[in-house]
Amino acid sequence: MASPKRQLRVGKQWLFADDAEKLLREAIRIREEEEREAGLHEHHESFIRKYVFSTDHKWIGIQYGITALCFLLFGFSLMLLMRLQLAAPGKAWGILKILGESRAPGGVMLPEAYNQLGAMHGTIMVFLAIVPLAVGAFGNYLVPLMIGAPDMAFPKLNMASYWCYFPGGVVMLASFAVTGGTAASGWTSYPPLSDIATSGQTWWLAGMIFLITSSLLGSVNFLVTIIQLRAKGMTFMRMPFFVWAQFVTSFLLLLAFPPLEAAGVLQLMDRVAHTSFFLPSGLVVSGQLLNVAGGGNPVLWQHLFWFLAHPEVYVLILPAMGIISEIIACNTRKPLWGYKSLVAAVIFLGFMSFVVWAHHMFLTGMGTVISAFFQTTTMIISVPSVVILTALLMSLWGASIRFNTPMLFALAFLPMFGIGGLTGLPLGLAATDIHLHDTYYVIGHFHYVVAPGTIFAMFAGIYFWFPKITGRQMNEFLGKVHFWGSLVCINGVFFPMFIQGLAGISRRLYDGGQQYAHAQHAYGTNVFMSASAWVLFLFQIPFIFNFFGSMMFGKKVGSNPWQATTLEWGATTSPPLGHGNFAVVPVVQRGPYEYSNPEYTEADFLPQHVVVGAPEPASPGGGLLTHGAAAQQEH
Amino acid sequence: MHIEIPYNVSPRPDTGLYNAKLGIWLFLASEVMLFGALFSSLILIRSGAAHWPHGYEEGLNIPLATLNTLVLISSSVTVVLAWANLRLGNLKKGRMYLGFTLLCALGFMVIKGIEYTDKFKLGHLPSTNNFYAIYFTMTGLHGLHVLGGMIVFGYLIGPGAKMWDTERARYTNRIEVAGLYWHFVDLVWIFLFPILYLL
Repeated sequence: MASPKRQLRVGKQWLFADDAEKLLREAIRIREEEEREAGLHEHHESFIRKYVFSTDHKWIGIQYGITALCFLLFGFSLMLLMRLQLAAPGKAWGILKILGESRAPGGVMLPEAYNQLGAMHGTIMVFLAIVPLAVGAFGNYLVPLMIGAPDMAFPKLNMASYWCYFPGGVVMLASFAVTGGTAASGWTSYPPLSDIATSGQTWWLAGMIFLITSSLLGSVNFLVTIIQLRAKGMTFMRMPFFVWAQFVTSFLLLLAFPPLEAAGVLQLMDRVAHTSFFLPSGLVVSGQLLNVAGGGNPVLWQHLFWFLAHPEVYVLILPAMGIISEIIACNTRKPLWGYKSLVAAVIFLGFMSFVVWAHHMFLTGMGTVISAFFQTTTMIISVPSVVILTALLMSLWGASIRFNTPMLFALAFLPMFGIGGLTGLPLGLAATDIHLHDTYYVIGHFHYVVAPGTIFAMFAGIYFWFPKITGRQMNEFLGKVHFWGSLVCINGVFFPMFIQGLAGISRRLYDGGQQYAHAQHAYGTNVFMSASAWVLFLFQIPFIFNFFGSMMFGKKVGSNPWQATTLEWGATTSPPLGHGNFAVVPVVQRGPYEYSNPEYTEADFLPQHVVVGAPEPASPGGGLLTHGAAAQQEH
Repeated sequence: MHIEIPYNVSPRPDTGLYNAKLGIWLFLASEVMLFGALFSSLILIRSGAAHWPHGYEEGLNIPLATLNTLVLISSSVTVVLAWANLRLGNLKKGRMYLGFTLLCALGFMVIKGIEYTDKFKLGHLPSTNNFYAIYFTMTGLHGLHVLGGMIVFGYLIGPGAKMWDTERARYTNRIEVAGLYWHFVDLVWIFLFPILYLL
């Protein structure tokens, strides 16, 4: 029961919390009734409009989420097949027969097939799984709810964005059926190899153009939504950190992807119109002089590609950091430590990410002056990353932490991202990079950032926001099995890569380094890594069961089961209303992380939109407002 | 059910922009990066080439290109006049100026088509050398942008103009947004013309 102290303002009236809640429920009931009546009298929203070509940001977010999770599983299975080959090069495996006679005759994987799987694993994981999941799914579903907006700024564009992503994925998958197979030049598609590759590479480029268009439409939409549609009182410095992370991510997508699109157009011209943008004069292929005009520059592709792909790394990690911040603040029941420095760090990180790209190219012979410049900027960009990680770590200090499944994933993210980030420093220094470049060390480094880093954050986010989306909670026991199994196995897969890399084993080898006499001691770990990968797969099964099972049979929960402060929990039902999200437009009173405020004794959390205090209006325009009253106050 | 998106038509007081106007500026920022990357590629390939042919030596038609520049600049003026007339509430004149804009765009494409045909007749293809490769790629991509603009203007003159009766301010905004895009397409040509033909 609420004490008489606590009152809310509704329109011009002050009400006790209980009465306000009744009013809110009544408002929701009337709204739903109106919607039902509208459905009877006008026309029923067709199945296609509602579930296929939906313009509701929540449903589009779910579409993105389901599609991206399927691609995540698919990309993961490609890797499982590669790991079979690496554990026992040239061995016949029954399961490899699914690749077909052209790729794995008699169950023995061909080198060409290995290259195809490698290229497609990278492409699918980065462009079709992680980015759509982190930005398309979480961003779409949560950003409008967190800032108190009825939808995205351009709902139709949002739909178009998903429907560019989907065919992009279909084109990529379809390339498996093309003669000569899929793209096989790695996810980086370096020319001249990619220029002279089989037609799968053209499909890859076509797919990429769809995906780039999708991300362009999405990023414009996110930026306009965050700038224009923040609810009353939601100033920039009151936005949850997750929204900040999505904001900076969208700028990166907006400005970094077009150079890759330009590069894609040039490569497409090279392949289709036989130009020589990336083909130097006098190139000899299979003992034959290539019959092209020449005069091109393969390194130009690398510049254009990495101008996208380095910011892309931050596109992968920033939304993950946003998710982790929300979960840590909620489960430590404390404000985030250093919110302002977090915001400053993420903005600085965004700017710096545009001037570090050539640290991927130290070995192209671009000269020591340029190398020195890029290694300096690379060292500088590690500062804001460390600021973010430190702030999150400091947030744990002195808290009585709730160790639920999302929090476990969030806590594991910190050291895993730490390992991934710190092992990047030797790669960013030109001298040490000479030894480490293109070895398994690089693979270990970025997989630590993306797999136990970003993917763990995605899992954390799914467990955390599942009750908001479905109204039901996921099973804690299955969640913990999933977590502990994944944590152990994923380290079993990736940690030995550092050892292999330091021993000098190159990446992208069909035999996993068997031919290297000097690295035999490290080569042997391949069996262990492959076993870990397959057991890791087994530990995803509880998650899949949990995900679908909880949708139907999970424990029903209220609108705010985690007792969180941000708008998506406090001001909406679970799941939120189909249209417009909020029964009453929330007016934001304070920052996003008011946990355990000593001046507020009612509960240990104070939602962003709740007005506390005396019946006199403490701040003009505060409180819960109806749509009409909110509109009146606008003008 | 219809939901109202705030600031769809009228500007948000603290940003001074309506949604679509901010959206188009952001989109143009990304377009700057797209063409910026292509211009950078041109610089890199040209500076690395032992011999780089000049546009006028290669037989690019400078008089026609100059005419095209004038055509495109005129269309940028007419699109502003269209918007101004719509702001004054004059649909008839506004539509007329939009028609001029569309006509200019069509003229540009026809002239560009003549230039392309001349080159093909002489056997100059993108594969001939990197000068023609970059010439066809960049003018081609610019041409696609002109084509996109033509589709938008065609829609706004024709079926899209119905909005004038129901949501006048929103229709006028659409012309403004399309106009901003059109100025950008114009500006890209202003860069392409000297770099490919004159320098």
